Amino acid sequence: MNPNKGTPLVELRDISIAFGGIRAVDHVTVDLYPGEVVGLLGHNGAGKSTLIKCLSGAYQKDSGQILINGQPVEINNPRDARHHNIETIYQTLALADNLDAASNLFLGREIVGAGGFVDDTRMEAETRKIMARLNPNFRKFNVPVSALSGGQRQSVAIARAVYFNAKILIMDEPTAALGPQETRMVAELIQELKAQGLGIFLIEHDIHSVMHLCDRAVVMKNGQRVGCVNVPEVTDEDILGMIILGKKPPQAY
Amino acid sequence: MPRALVQGEASASIAHATGTANPTLRLDEDMTDHSNATQPTVGPITRFLRATEIDQGFLSRIGALLLIWLGFHLYGEIFLEDGLFLTPRNLWNLSVQTAYIGIMATGMVLIIIMREIDLSIGSIMGFVGVVMGLMQVGWLSPALGLGHPAIWIITVLAGILMGTLIGAFQGVLIAYLAIPSFIVTLGGLLIWRGAAFVSSGSTIAPLDDTFVLFGGAGPFAAMGTTGSWVLALLACAAVIWISMSGRRARSRHGFAPRPVWAEFFVAAFACAVILGSAAIVNAYVWAPGNLKIYFERLGQPVPEGAAFGHGFAYPLLLLVVIVVAMTVLMNRTRFGRYVFAIGGNPEAAALSGIDTRAMKVKVFALMGALAGIAAIVGSARQNSATNAMGVFDELYVIAAAVIGGTSLAGGVGTIYGAIIGALVLVSLQTGMVLIGFGDGSYQRMVTGVALVLAVWLDILYRKRIK
Repeated sequence: MNPNKGTPLVELRDISIAFGGIRAVDHVTVDLYPGEVVGLLGHNGAGKSTLIKCLSGAYQKDSGQILINGQPVEINNPRDARHHNIETIYQTLALADNLDAASNLFLGREIVGAGGFVDDTRMEAETRKIMARLNPNFRKFNVPVSALSGGQRQSVAIARAVYFNAKILIMDEPTAALGPQETRMVAELIQELKAQGLGIFLIEHDIHSVMHLCDRAVVMKNGQRVGCVNVPEVTDEDILGMIILGKKPPQAY
Repeated sequence: MPRALVQGEASASIAHATGTANPTLRLDEDMTDHSNATQPTVGPITRFLRATEIDQGFLSRIGALLLIWLGFHLYGEIFLEDGLFLTPRNLWNLSVQTAYIGIMATGMVLIIIMREIDLSIGSIMGFVGVVMGLMQVGWLSPALGLGHPAIWIITVLAGILMGTLIGAFQGVLIAYLAIPSFIVTLGGLLIWRGAAFVSSGSTIAPLDDTFVLFGGAGPFAAMGTTGSWVLALLACAAVIWISMSGRRARSRHGFAPRPVWAEFFVAAFACAVILGSAAIVNAYVWAPGNLKIYFERLGQPVPEGAAFGHGFAYPLLLLVVIVVAMTVLMNRTRFGRYVFAIGGNPEAAALSGIDTRAMKVKVFALMGALAGIAAIVGSARQNSATNAMGVFDELYVIAAAVIGGTSLAGGVGTIYGAIIGALVLVSLQTGMVLIGFGDGSYQRMVTGVALVLAVWLDILYRKRIK
């Protein structure tokens, strides 16, 4: 049983999307409550990223409904999603490699000063502030992000999602390119954001991280929802069984 | 099966499960920034470039340009007993000839940064030029009377508008119908060149007297010595103001400003170039024939010892205004930031909420507008409009942008670089004429070699700094 009561922060209801006859997401329903981390699990091609892209505005669903705080909303592009305080950290990071950290952080939402000109010094100052919190060792502010290491790039992508006061955060494999220490930092960040009342969708392949970070886990297979479990009630074996065999344990709903 | 990875990445899962460090997983071992931690000992030249923030690629292009100038001049000195290149007269002409290629090159930089191409601009120039010519000669002059001041204004606005609409139309095909820009503009190259035969192939001349001033043909199309000095001084004041306000903005946010000597050096160098240019264009004096025309118009005899300097040519001023505007657009506005972002990563730009298709239409419209302006300068310079105007110019403009460091892979390029590129190309052309290789075959071969050589050197340079 879902332990949460009341109106969910986000509800993706009966979402379907197909690409050229292939049903990438097939009538999937998931919800997310404030202060909760919901893991989205499944093999490559199970439809997790596609589902989440309907929420972030990168794709448009074919059918189904998106509700935020119980209200149906239309999300037709990334701008709509941002408008609803939905921020996304994409698996590919979605950084413009030729721009510096500040330009990427504020891309599409530049700080504009007098006369409509972008205020680069102020954006750099803001970037320095948030980076001091997220990754204190980050110093490469004046080089294109192509010159950054994988971890540094990741921290720019995370900073971009966190800076704009997200209420709903989508993290698509945020630690895939990271070493153990940085993975730990991301885990701490997730706990901190959760404590602040954000709702987080986490796409994650490392079952250990799922057990450690997620409150609930929704498993998908071949575009369909296998089931949802409350993570404290199950073992990692149970979840792996759902992912690999599509076998629902008795606790699942 | 503790700590197993859901995904079957064998090596990664083993490394994870056993806790051994897998170098491929650890892209950033400790998140520290080695390059900034301790300043490695570097030579004085590198230190100088770092402090002044002068781009090494820019410096090498300037060097190449000066080498070309010196080479042509010395060739003339040695073999023709007269070095004609580094003379006020030639440099003034160079500035005029560079103007319309440079004007279009500023737009081509944006197009190429966005990973697109525009092959149609030479034909747009031809078509817009012919229509502007027909407007003046066939319609406005008879309707308003010869030399009416509205003629040039209406013509100029119509030319820019036409270029903009053509560019926007092509942009819509590229952005919304997803036809590759190479194809759309290749079609445009043929279509607009064909459309330029609207004059049934005849040359339309003469054009309006005021309109012709945009072309920089002759001394009347230049602003004179006093105006040039005043303008140069104002430009120097602007350089100093920009330098100081940049320092203020940096210190307001607590960033370390550039060293004072570096700031001073850059500003002083820029001012020296500006004042030097003014001195050169002012040193180019009017031909006696033009003096006579001038004083005849005033109804006076030519005074004894009268000598007028040309000063900056109007098309050069137009180029400078466009370069400044385009540089501001690219570096200080959202529009420019989005052009770079789309070139760097189109998907990321779209995910950031940028309307990449609308941006493409706008950039192609801007390119069309610049082609319209180039048509004004080009036809004014010839004092006539022909359907052949602008043939091959799209290729010179692309070459100028590329020689100026714009990367065909997208995402990288500067406006000032394209101007240097245009200067290099035009210098080669005029230089060949001056040393007696003026017939088209040698000119084109040399230009072609220069293009390939420049890109090759750029590739070598980029490899070295990596």
